Amino acid sequence: MSQAEDIESVDEDGVIESVSGPVVTATDLDARMNDVVYVGDEGLMGEVIEIEGNLTTIQVYEETSGVGPGEPVQNTGEPLSVDLGPGMMDSIYDGVQRPLDVLEDKMGTAFLDRGVDAPGIDLEKEWEFTPEVEVGDEVEPGDVVGSVPETVTIEHKVMVPPDYEGGEVTAVESGEFTVEETVVELDNGEEIQMHQEWPVRQARPAGDKETPTEPLVTGQRIQDGLFPLAKGGTAAIPGPFGSGKTVTQQQLAKWSDADIVVYIGCGERGNEMTEVIEDFPELPDPQTGNPLMARTCLIANTSNMPVAARESCIYTGITIAEYYRDMGYDVALMADSTSRWAEAMREISSRLEEMPGEEGYPAYLAASLSEFYERAGKFQLINGGEGSISVVGAVSPPGGDFSEPVTQNTLRIVKTFWALDADLAERRHFPAIDWNESYSLYKDQLDPWWEANVESDWPEVRQWAVDVLDEEDELQEIVQLVGKDALPEDQQLTLEVARYLREAWLQQNALHDVDTYCEPQKTYRMLQAIKTFNDEAFEALDAGVPVEEIQDVDAAPRLNRMGTAEEWNEFIDELESDLREQLRALY
Amino acid sequence: MKEYQTITEVSGPLVFAEVDEPVGYDEIVEIETPQGETLRGQVLESSEGLVSIQVFEGTGGIDRNASVRFLGETMKMPVTEDLLGRVLDGSGNPIDGGPEIVPDQRQDIVGEAINPFSREYPEEFIQTGVSAIDGMNTLVRGQKLPIFSGSGLPHNELALQIARQATVPEEAEGDDEDGSEFAVVFGAMGITAEEANEFMDDFERTGALERSVVFMNLADDPAVERQVTPRLALTTAEYLAFEKDYHVLVILTDMTNYCEALREIGAAREEVPGRRGYPGYMYTDLAQLYERAGRIEGQEGSVTQIPILTMPGDDDTHPIPDLTGYITEGQIVMDRNLNSQGIEPPINVLPSLSRLMDDGIGEGLTREDHGDVSDQMYAAYAEGEDLRDLVNIVGREALSERDNQFLDFADRFETEFVQQGYDTNRSIEETLDLGWDLLSMLPKEALNRIDEDLIAEHYREEEPEAAEVEA
Repeated sequence: MSQAEDIESVDEDGVIESVSGPVVTATDLDARMNDVVYVGDEGLMGEVIEIEGNLTTIQVYEETSGVGPGEPVQNTGEPLSVDLGPGMMDSIYDGVQRPLDVLEDKMGTAFLDRGVDAPGIDLEKEWEFTPEVEVGDEVEPGDVVGSVPETVTIEHKVMVPPDYEGGEVTAVESGEFTVEETVVELDNGEEIQMHQEWPVRQARPAGDKETPTEPLVTGQRIQDGLFPLAKGGTAAIPGPFGSGKTVTQQQLAKWSDADIVVYIGCGERGNEMTEVIEDFPELPDPQTGNPLMARTCLIANTSNMPVAARESCIYTGITIAEYYRDMGYDVALMADSTSRWAEAMREISSRLEEMPGEEGYPAYLAASLSEFYERAGKFQLINGGEGSISVVGAVSPPGGDFSEPVTQNTLRIVKTFWALDADLAERRHFPAIDWNESYSLYKDQLDPWWEANVESDWPEVRQWAVDVLDEEDELQEIVQLVGKDALPEDQQLTLEVARYLREAWLQQNALHDVDTYCEPQKTYRMLQAIKTFNDEAFEALDAGVPVEEIQDVDAAPRLNRMGTAEEWNEFIDELESDLREQLRALY
Repeated sequence: MKEYQTITEVSGPLVFAEVDEPVGYDEIVEIETPQGETLRGQVLESSEGLVSIQVFEGTGGIDRNASVRFLGETMKMPVTEDLLGRVLDGSGNPIDGGPEIVPDQRQDIVGEAINPFSREYPEEFIQTGVSAIDGMNTLVRGQKLPIFSGSGLPHNELALQIARQATVPEEAEGDDEDGSEFAVVFGAMGITAEEANEFMDDFERTGALERSVVFMNLADDPAVERQVTPRLALTTAEYLAFEKDYHVLVILTDMTNYCEALREIGAAREEVPGRRGYPGYMYTDLAQLYERAGRIEGQEGSVTQIPILTMPGDDDTHPIPDLTGYITEGQIVMDRNLNSQGIEPPINVLPSLSRLMDDGIGEGLTREDHGDVSDQMYAAYAEGEDLRDLVNIVGREALSERDNQFLDFADRFETEFVQQGYDTNRSIEETLDLGWDLLSMLPKEALNRIDEDLIAEHYREEEPEAAEVEA
């Protein structure tokens, strides 16, 4: 929340009437819906969520122990907003954009104290501003007036705020400035600083949405290969606990080819966020080689931090994502997990004694979810450029049951569905994405990209893999009844090929230095190698070679080593020629 | 301190009283009954003129004339290093007949969240001496790893075994570690007197009591008190860890009783219930307990949690294990079938998981081959388990040689690797070597999860023909 505004000037004090957990009611408070207020003697931050007569209901973003009736409530007169400007990359925030490192300094303890506020970006730090307009130029809202090197990777564009009118530039500065100093002045008196504010619950304006045609390359074979996500698309990862939602999300945050990554840890584990904080500064971004953290903004509202801030952290994250989109970047936003967000809504709603919908969730659950996911997309920007936000939301269905409201309402909106399966996870098949249940509706619109950038027969090869996996699924049912040896030889061979598809191609070891990231060309060639085995093996079978002999060729198990091979091109070349040679030698 | 005789309603564990000055949320209340008994409670909701109070000891004996005192502060736990070796009741009063506790500090029991930025990622291996845990689901310092059990399963034995045997390997060899000591904080919620005796006997027998703090809320103690017991235990643990540099292992049993108490209070307050009648905020409430595990950057001590819960009907989709699993860093699952086969401890490794394992094992931490061995054993055991269903239908003869090897592997995995008894303490070396003994039953080519160099180093070439003999 912003401290840049002088809150003392607003003076609409109210008085606390009752306190129940994170929900506080106050009387005599002159406030609008969604205004930010400071509650009690300690000045705990809260937001107005209901107004009824003289009674105002507030959700408080901090622990309310010890707060009692009679204490004052002060209104800021502003909705919950984020501070936007250089310095957001390489940062870690809580759910209301308080930087956690600054909080540690201010509180002097490792535990989160109450009533401490801090601006989202450093107001003192000076940045090197390079103007991109001259005096006399006409600028409109959203136009870029200059840039700042924010991190080694990110060039931060300073824009005319969308709520300005725009006009002719009358003065331009160049050099080192803090975010609050004016760098460009317009003839209508508007002054542009590097710092902007934006209310989180309101989408930043943009032009039309376009159909995305470029994939968000994730470096994960099953995702890129079978169920791709487009830049500007939406995806959901539902799965029971222990199925690897968080690892999958983190893999995407690490390896996807977005320019900017916003990672929201919403109501999840503290140690997981710590892992990200410790790992990301050291891992290289596969696109640029710079530290991953240089393109990442983390929002951490762990499960034991106040529940109201959990509700807001999703909005804080998406607003930051929109700001970078407006600069023309491709942004990927990971939300882990949207179920915790929905539960936070449920908790607040039940404290308000609202009439519950399905499973106690508020009736507006579906609306809130779709509103959030609709802020994703590939956009025409108001300054004429293009930018995108891809959203990947993890869902944690209770008991792993996908029929529950959050999963179902999410599936109605998203176009890519990566279903995680407890069974696969139990046998340590990771990523535990169930290939029979998952889908991507972006496949067709992304095929041209694969044909142009990887290989022209990509759609056919992929379809082949899908068919084999489908067939395996059917055959497994028979095997469960009669055993594998009772099947005809060609079907046994299909099962063998499918096993390699699963173990060598779909499985990917996130902890292995090489295997953790698989570029699209490698994804294609690995699949092609298995297909080579398939084609040659069936030739051999037709020539009368028994299936046991085919299965026992030396080269075949080496298919399992393709993923971890560093010189994969050479490795696969050699493997394919060995496979051909050995299989042809059998007849 | 103002005293009121203004009780307007008593309902279940709740008391409503009228007040004429503001009372803080969560504040502690003392209620004196006309019989002279003093009961303690906490403010659940505070509004102008009326407060609702949840009474820890139960509301029996309270009438309209009982007097209510608001202490003006939230609940505090008096903490001191002298608590080690003491036995307290569920509200923190000594019940071992020892001297009065002179507190060093009084700490708020709600506990503030650790700033994720200040945490240190847990990656120090704790050797529990239990192969199914060390080898397959490694525990690390600062982790929260619950035991998912069922009624009648020996979870208490396992918990005691861990409490007895847990060490960090370097410490065992030479005392070159940071010199931090190990302490156990034990929080019992609603366990039977008999179970309590079992724990106490074991603590006394092994001398563990000296380095333990025990909180006992027994089955016949008031349910509402169970809300407070784990918070007292964790506050004590945090004090010992972050003020006195102890490595603290917190054992909380039984979390199911805690959640039942939560539901009871929710129902008494007439809240809108969530799944199966448990309150909608149960996730948040449990997280506020479980997340109080961890390490802090620049601090020597650590808090490691092993909460125990019994799954109603052995169903892990029940809200209690379900929400727990979403918060904790894995789970150790006890299995009724293994138990009836006499496997001790009856840990089913397939649904078990330690999320922090990968960073706590490997070269320099445990052994280079640890990760691969564990992955391979998981995969092989899962395959063997699948084949068992098939064997029931078609018989062993109908299966290929490869399949039979996996079946044998699964059997020996249970009877040799998991089975060890509650008094055997296996080092990680022994555990991994045992793993290789078993893996060497399988053909080399089948070991597709293990690095080729490691296979060359550890694979036992001469096939041990022990399989049939053992069976």
